[in-house]
Amino acid sequence: MHYIPTPMHIPDGFLNWVISILCWLITIAVVGIAISKTNKSLGERQIPLMGVMAAFIFAAQMINFPVAGGTSGHLLGGALAAIVLGPWAGMLVMTAVIAVQALLFQDGGLLVMGANILNMGLATAAVGYGLYRSAASSSKGVKLGVTGVAAWLSVMTGALLTTLQLWLSGTSQLAVVFPAMMGVHALIGLGEALITVFALGFILQARPDLLGEGSESAKAGSGWVWVGGLIALTVVLLSPLASADPDGLERVAINAGFIHYGQSAPFSIIPDYTIPFLGQTSISTITAGIVGVVIVGLVAFLIGRGVRARS
Amino acid sequence: MHFDAFDRYHDRESFAHRLDPRVKAVVTIMFILSNALLPDGAWLAFAMAWGVMLFSNHLSQLGLGYTLKRSIVALPFALIAITVLFSNAGNPLWTMRIFSSQVVITDTGLLRFVSILIRSWLSVQMAILLVAVTRFPDLIHALEHLKVPAILTTIIAFLYRYLFVLIDEVFRLLRARESRSGAATGIASGGSVVWRAKVAGGMAGQLFLRSYERSDRIYNAMLSRGYAGRLYTLNPHEMKSGDYFVTAFFVVTIFLIQVVGRL
Repeated sequence: MHYIPTPMHIPDGFLNWVISILCWLITIAVVGIAISKTNKSLGERQIPLMGVMAAFIFAAQMINFPVAGGTSGHLLGGALAAIVLGPWAGMLVMTAVIAVQALLFQDGGLLVMGANILNMGLATAAVGYGLYRSAASSSKGVKLGVTGVAAWLSVMTGALLTTLQLWLSGTSQLAVVFPAMMGVHALIGLGEALITVFALGFILQARPDLLGEGSESAKAGSGWVWVGGLIALTVVLLSPLASADPDGLERVAINAGFIHYGQSAPFSIIPDYTIPFLGQTSISTITAGIVGVVIVGLVAFLIGRGVRARS
Repeated sequence: MHFDAFDRYHDRESFAHRLDPRVKAVVTIMFILSNALLPDGAWLAFAMAWGVMLFSNHLSQLGLGYTLKRSIVALPFALIAITVLFSNAGNPLWTMRIFSSQVVITDTGLLRFVSILIRSWLSVQMAILLVAVTRFPDLIHALEHLKVPAILTTIIAFLYRYLFVLIDEVFRLLRARESRSGAATGIASGGSVVWRAKVAGGMAGQLFLRSYERSDRIYNAMLSRGYAGRLYTLNPHEMKSGDYFVTAFFVVTIFLIQVVGRL
């Protein structure tokens, strides 16, 4: 089958039970709120809609485009789902997608499904929708530009959460995995941003009514701007900090006593000697991040101009 | 595309196939949780867990190679765990030089790495077995009985029902792109990466509109057949003596595994 597994689905065994259950609790709480909110605001008509939309996200992940050297970009969909369906319905749709990926394809584990839903479904939807909402009343060009940044940051948020969970489970060393994961996802996020922007641009052109006044997407409260903005800001601030000084982050976790719950085998990052190429990697991550933001912004700007010129 | 093109269900007449899907779902989760609870290097307990896996595999009549072959899906993720090899607590086993820097593999690091791989390998095989011996609609129904909210199980049921329809739609879109992407030898086809992304994005948007409009038709069709917000099934689940036996077997065995793992 043309099924592309993404490098963010954590399999069973890679998170310890404390982190797994903690993530499940957060996920259950947020999904519970999402269910009660959608039950209130949506009629029974919306249930088949959300089901088909979940199948849409699943199927849309198979649309890819060649980038370079045999690699290809494709969609994860958290931001797009939240933007077109509204944040709560988007979260439910992503939860269903991730559950089926784990159940049918073993892409992602069962005990760690709470973490996977949190990383790829809930966080991406919150960041994606929150930032999009901040530009909801702006012109189409600005809206699409912000959407691109939102999609890119949603992927980075997912990657950051995944890395932190793996590290707190004692499954990986922060100093190595953090720059690697963030670097790879800075690129994956670019593909996500491009497809999301162009898909949304097409929808706005073909069926503007679906996102206009009275749609689920426009009805959600402006509190989302704060939620999404705060998460995005944390990611933006934490990423360079953690890349440049992973030991610092580790110390914070040790001081907070959190790492004891997380790790059954106590180990810490090599304190006595530094590995030169790691330093380079973290610098390259920050650079990749900055270059990513600049490229996304530039592309968004150009698209915005192109769209305006046409209309 | 056939409706079950994605299904991992393998039709057989076996004890495991006949078990109640609720029992199968619960014992699978119990087994995976048990693996996560075992401390590093609990070799005897890991061996016992493997025995339970092999026994369950035997009950399913799928052949020993079945889960083994498919269990490689989680392997690429091991790359991320490889860094625990260099944990600094413990005695150095092996020192190597990468780019003029010293990297030391320690015994605690190796112990942890191998334990993570074993946990993951055992867990993923049980999950593979679960979907191989349970029809997906039965599994969704079991989740509903296990108090997963109806709205979620309904979304999952719809996802499963219409996935192959929308995948057919994706194939049509991909075929359309292919047929319009002429290429001559020596001349690069298509435009820049951004242009290609624009095409892919347009396709995703198009797929969204088609799905959206289809969901409208689906809803109207359902209404015309008397849909009132609930899906019904003719497949009531009943616990039989075999189901109680399997549940009891797993509870006792997992308890034993946990005791042995902590000795």
